[in-house]
Amino acid sequence: MAAGHAHVLYREVDSPVHRLPPEVKIAAMVAFTIAVVATPREALWAFGAYALLVVAVAVLARVNARWLLLRSTIELPFVVFAVALPFLGVGERVDVAGLSLSVDGLYGAWNIVAKGTLGVWASLLLAASTTTRDLIVGLDRLRCPQILTQIATFMLRYLDVLVGEARRMRVARISRGDDPRFVWQLRGFAAGVGALFLRAFERGERVYLAMLSRGYTGRMPAVWQGAGAATTGQWLVAATVPVLAGAVAATAVVLT
Amino acid sequence: METLAMHISNGIINGPVAAVFAAIALAAMALCVLRGRQDLDDRLAPMAGLVAAFIFAVQMLNFPIFTAGVSGHLLGGALAAMLVGPWVGALCVAVVLVVQALVFGDGGVAMLGLNITNMAVIGIAVAYLVIALLLRVLPRTMAGLSITAFVSALVSVVVAAMGFVLQYQLGGTTDLGGNLSGLAGTMAVSHLFIGVGEGLITATTVVTVAKVRPDLVYALRALKPATPAPAPALGGVR
Repeated sequence: MAAGHAHVLYREVDSPVHRLPPEVKIAAMVAFTIAVVATPREALWAFGAYALLVVAVAVLARVNARWLLLRSTIELPFVVFAVALPFLGVGERVDVAGLSLSVDGLYGAWNIVAKGTLGVWASLLLAASTTTRDLIVGLDRLRCPQILTQIATFMLRYLDVLVGEARRMRVARISRGDDPRFVWQLRGFAAGVGALFLRAFERGERVYLAMLSRGYTGRMPAVWQGAGAATTGQWLVAATVPVLAGAVAATAVVLT
Repeated sequence: METLAMHISNGIINGPVAAVFAAIALAAMALCVLRGRQDLDDRLAPMAGLVAAFIFAVQMLNFPIFTAGVSGHLLGGALAAMLVGPWVGALCVAVVLVVQALVFGDGGVAMLGLNITNMAVIGIAVAYLVIALLLRVLPRTMAGLSITAFVSALVSVVVAAMGFVLQYQLGGTTDLGGNLSGLAGTMAVSHLFIGVGEGLITATTVVTVAKVRPDLVYALRALKPATPAPAPALGGVR
């Protein structure tokens, strides 16, 4: 397992955003997203303001635009759904370039694309600046029930176990004369899914028992040691983004 | 691996409806935390983590349904209900959804309540009801267990998909009018196919685990073991 349990989306650089404690980043991200979703969709300017906020945080976190845009493609299925809406929606229609489009559908499409994209950007920025270990520490400090953080810890830890076992089983199949190509390797994989699960469980159980025998009680050491928890100053710094977003949302609600 | 968003993203369902379902999800999760604590022992804790990791991995298998632009995917609810029980199972699915929303941008954070209600609450509840019913009716053989796993997975996937249609009817941001029944039909048919795939994966996994380590299958704990549990195979299963 990699040191610090970094995940694929984590960007290993040093920045003011990376140095913020995880709990304030999570809280800020959730508050920002709620402000964005609460904004009426007719207030086009508000979404521009949110985008500026995202860009500002991205620059501070030293996340480059290309990475952010490339990773945003995760949203693609919903963009396709959004494109269909102007054709499917009912009510008043307008003609654009010979096509009869529903006004409500057009706004709906805009609503999904704008709010969805801003939400994805916000979570990508959180992911880029926070390791998974920090994420769980942050959730624990936000008083998330211990049973949930415990399941989350094991989930992230066992993902590596699962991927590792799958790779070993694939190598074992190939070395016994299996010739996996494109879709056909799915058959071999499907037949081995149960075995993969058991092997991963037995390895995972040993990991768990090893942790227990070294004094694991269900929480990460960083949490009960209490070191590195957010100070009031850090909460205030991180609050700037959601507070600005909240102000924009309130103005948009009043204006429309 | 190409990953695509599959859960309800921000802006698809309006705020008030999302807030109502967030409250429902929160209440259901609070209940699960209380009941799940009693279930979670030294054997179930690593199993819960592995089930969550497994669900996380299979949810990456995504089938875009391009006719309506909606995508479907495996849910893993029946697998979780089978192996770790309904309470911890619902928590596992919820944890997967929270992590996906927070760090992968998959499913809007503001829409978490909707996603948790569909997949963790409805999906698991339906799956467990079907499991409880079928395990009583069907013979206690591996065939009976595999049919139980298959049917519960199939039913829970389709019902969870209908949860989305209901939510869209209550608070979809764009009025589709008569096209809503089209959306419902597309979701039902496509998730029927996904349910078959999910059923096969669930059945093979549960049967393999039940053969080697029947003590690990939560759904079998409630019943009296038909045969004494065989000693666990040493050194893995291969």
